[in-house]
Amino acid sequence: MTPTQAPSTPHVVIIGSGMVGHRLVEQLRAQASAQALNITVLSEESRLAYDRVHLSSHLDDPQPDLSLATDADYAAQGVNVVYGRATDVNLETREVTVAGRTLTYDALVFATGSVPFVPPVPGKEASGCFVYRTLDDLDAIRAAARAARTGVVIGGGLLGLEAAGALRKLGLDTHVVEFAPHLMPAQLDAEGGATLRRTIEGMGIGVHTDKATEAITAHEHGHVTGLNFTDGTRLETDLVVFSAGIRPRDDLARQTGLGVGERGGIQIDDTGRTDDPHVYAVGECALHDGRIYGLVAPGYQMAKATATNVLRDLGVLSGEPLHFRGADLSTKLKLLGVEVGSFGDARGVTPGCRTVSLSDNVRGTYSKLVVSADGSRVLGGLLVGDTARYSDLLDLTLSGTPLTVPPETLIVPPLPGGAVMTSADALICSCENVRESALCAAIGDGARDVASLKKCTGAGTGCGGCVPSMHGLLQTELRRLGEVVTNHLCEHFPYSRQELFDLIRVRDLATWDEVLAAHGTGLGCEICKPTVGSILASLHNELVVAPPHAPLQDTNDAFLANIQKNGTYSVMPRVPGGEITADGLIAIGAVAKRFGLYCKITGGQRIDLLGAHRDDLPAIWEDLIAAGFESGHAYGKSLRTVKSCVGSTWCRYGVQDSTSLAVRLELRYRGLRSPHKLKSGVSGCTRECAEARSKDFGIIATDRGWNVYVGGNGGVTPRHAVLLASDLSEDEVITLLDRYLMYYVRTADRLQRTSTWLENLDGGLEYLKAVIIDDHLGICAELEAGMERHVGTYQDEWAAAVADPSIRARFRTFVNSDARDEGVQWVDERGQIRPAFDHELTPLPMAGGDD
Amino acid sequence: MTLTPAPAAVSPTLPWTRVCAVSDILPGTGVCALIDGQQVAVFHVAGRVFALGNLDPFTGVGALSRGLTGSYTRDGQTRLKVASPLLKHTFDLETGESLDTPGVRVPVYATRTEGGDVWTGSLA
Repeated sequence: MTPTQAPSTPHVVIIGSGMVGHRLVEQLRAQASAQALNITVLSEESRLAYDRVHLSSHLDDPQPDLSLATDADYAAQGVNVVYGRATDVNLETREVTVAGRTLTYDALVFATGSVPFVPPVPGKEASGCFVYRTLDDLDAIRAAARAARTGVVIGGGLLGLEAAGALRKLGLDTHVVEFAPHLMPAQLDAEGGATLRRTIEGMGIGVHTDKATEAITAHEHGHVTGLNFTDGTRLETDLVVFSAGIRPRDDLARQTGLGVGERGGIQIDDTGRTDDPHVYAVGECALHDGRIYGLVAPGYQMAKATATNVLRDLGVLSGEPLHFRGADLSTKLKLLGVEVGSFGDARGVTPGCRTVSLSDNVRGTYSKLVVSADGSRVLGGLLVGDTARYSDLLDLTLSGTPLTVPPETLIVPPLPGGAVMTSADALICSCENVRESALCAAIGDGARDVASLKKCTGAGTGCGGCVPSMHGLLQTELRRLGEVVTNHLCEHFPYSRQELFDLIRVRDLATWDEVLAAHGTGLGCEICKPTVGSILASLHNELVVAPPHAPLQDTNDAFLANIQKNGTYSVMPRVPGGEITADGLIAIGAVAKRFGLYCKITGGQRIDLLGAHRDDLPAIWEDLIAAGFESGHAYGKSLRTVKSCVGSTWCRYGVQDSTSLAVRLELRYRGLRSPHKLKSGVSGCTRECAEARSKDFGIIATDRGWNVYVGGNGGVTPRHAVLLASDLSEDEVITLLDRYLMYYVRTADRLQRTSTWLENLDGGLEYLKAVIIDDHLGICAELEAGMERHVGTYQDEWAAAVADPSIRARFRTFVNSDARDEGVQWVDERGQIRPAFDHELTPLPMAGGDD
Repeated sequence: MTLTPAPAAVSPTLPWTRVCAVSDILPGTGVCALIDGQQVAVFHVAGRVFALGNLDPFTGVGALSRGLTGSYTRDGQTRLKVASPLLKHTFDLETGESLDTPGVRVPVYATRTEGGDVWTGSLA
């Protein structure tokens, strides 16, 4: 113990420095400073906590740093470390013995983890036999692999396949032996196991299921030579790795007299406490409600609850205890490059349940849904080979949302372009009638970007709506052909948008010229210029039409209005939350009348005024600004609207004031430039009249607060937003959204909506939660500060533009004349104007445009 | 919907005309001039001045002057281009050729700068 600390400072001793033990340290330190709490970690391994989930990457070159904590980190946080194995605990005197020293504790936490289970097979002590648990194990396996040709993993579960991946990396002829009839028996069913098996065998890994090892044979020097199975067959090998499950490390707890389960595990209650009031257990060594959790996520949840409860019990924190009430075992992972997802009742053990499945032996995919007998709710499922829908299906499972579509439609693979198609050769471009096969043929013939695909096939040259599908198809097809797929923005910047964002942020670049000089080539183009313009706006929030930035903007941002098919613009004032006064409506009507504009109510609860000539825009804005309006940013890749219902203010069902929250959110995030447009909605009750779950971020009232959903959208591929957090207060909603939006702005690709961003985020929703709720990366404060900066520097772009004569001058149709564009002609329809079609145009030239 | 380029309009030869001051065009962007009833897009890019017909042949809309300019590489050479704001069709700034559809081009006019003024002239 550090002598500088007052003797009254409470002391927590943690036995074990694994992932969960480390998370516990973080959680304790986040809530109690070194002055308030003394922490000592006992580490048996010679290194502190490291990322065991990615253990096999230790064999990669370059070798990644897997450590989660270092001596220096802990020293800086005032966390003491004692290397050695705890050998004795005295519950009476509250003392623990380690490496010949005795430490006194006020609270003791077992975070001893687990040990690999080695089945009692004769010959298991032969040299060349290993377990797969620690970095030292991996180093030993690597050393032995140098002299070996073949390696066998006993155990075809999750860890066994990880271990097989490691042996394959070491260049061994690799085999997996599984006792059950199929791989991953704890997660998969027979068909899923078979799908996984085909893919793994395709990689050259031998898979032997339904095999019980009778003995391990060795030659006279004691080195392993092979395995004999009970069915009389044999497998020759010179290296064996046991991966037949784990057993909780409860030996010390057992010896101490703490309660342990029949099959092992230190018994804990919902607060993480053992049967001694001063002793707790977390992670794989703990037995909660009859269950051992071998995954890291439930361990982290235990660490979080236990940290709070320890601090509360020590009198450092006040407030309510936190409870761990068990965890969902749903999991999504990548094994040997194969995606596997398992959620809810994956194996269909619910009485009377119905299963629907889809298996594709060529793509190597298998999807299964377990639904209630009447098919109305998803109870669980399995995904092998493609887990793109994992989050959505998990969400359906956990929320118990009644299905509105037949369950089988949920597992049919997405169609290119999102269109509903029955033919195998999908129509990608309906303007030019180009099918997937034609595009694939062009890619096979050497087309390597969308521009050349457009050129050879004509696809995407019409309305352009299929260009995102072309991008997707191109990437998929190139990967299939084994080509290197780059995520470079364009020929001028060899970086992805996220990389460029980080470069600009870290180097604090402020203008296009600086960015191009530092990181680009040529003069830029219609792709990279608006992207850089958007990044600069996200970071610095300067007026997008100011001289250094104006040349980067697409016409919509350049003229702060939306260009329409005949080159005129539409104008949309902001109507926060869709709430508008009678005077406001009259003012908008007066502007429409004065400038002869077509009016339409939008889906985002505001009013669009179409048919504005460029030269009229400043005058239109002046009228709107005088009536109290500002830009609605309908033209920007930025926040559009926050739609709302009338909520508890008017509605007899409403439970919260959705309109006020919508107005607050819209005013907070207005003008935020982002990779794509952002839409939001707030509903005052679960009836969801504001359609919040079809938005990039949607908030739905509960009687205890607000639920936040993220990653929804309408458009070509509609997606329901998924639940991020529940029962938050308004201020908590704001903090969470600040982080979410800034994290999206920083890391998404160009023109990537939040739904695809979330889908492509490695680790998906869980990872997003780890980053923006648990602050896994330690960037939350920075994200919040970024948003504060945005909010603090917001200005109305319309007002700024009309006030600057040099900007106003750019709105003239002709630089050398006050004439109007005669090409713009109108036709009357249902009492308003609309653009004339080609056959209705009066031949030019004619005197004056009809406006 | 199929968009076919408008039939090549008659592009009359225009007289040399002073269009504006070079400083009236924000570097990297264009403006539109009305010369003898014709819309001419005038760009100020990389220190040079270019003049093209303003009509986007793929949409029939006078919009090229509002397009984003940039560069592309052809045969190892860096060339300049403009992208129409309507459907992002691109055209070579010097030759007016469509970079999407071979055979389609917009008219190109001669330009010169004189004492800080931009002049455009006959079809190039």
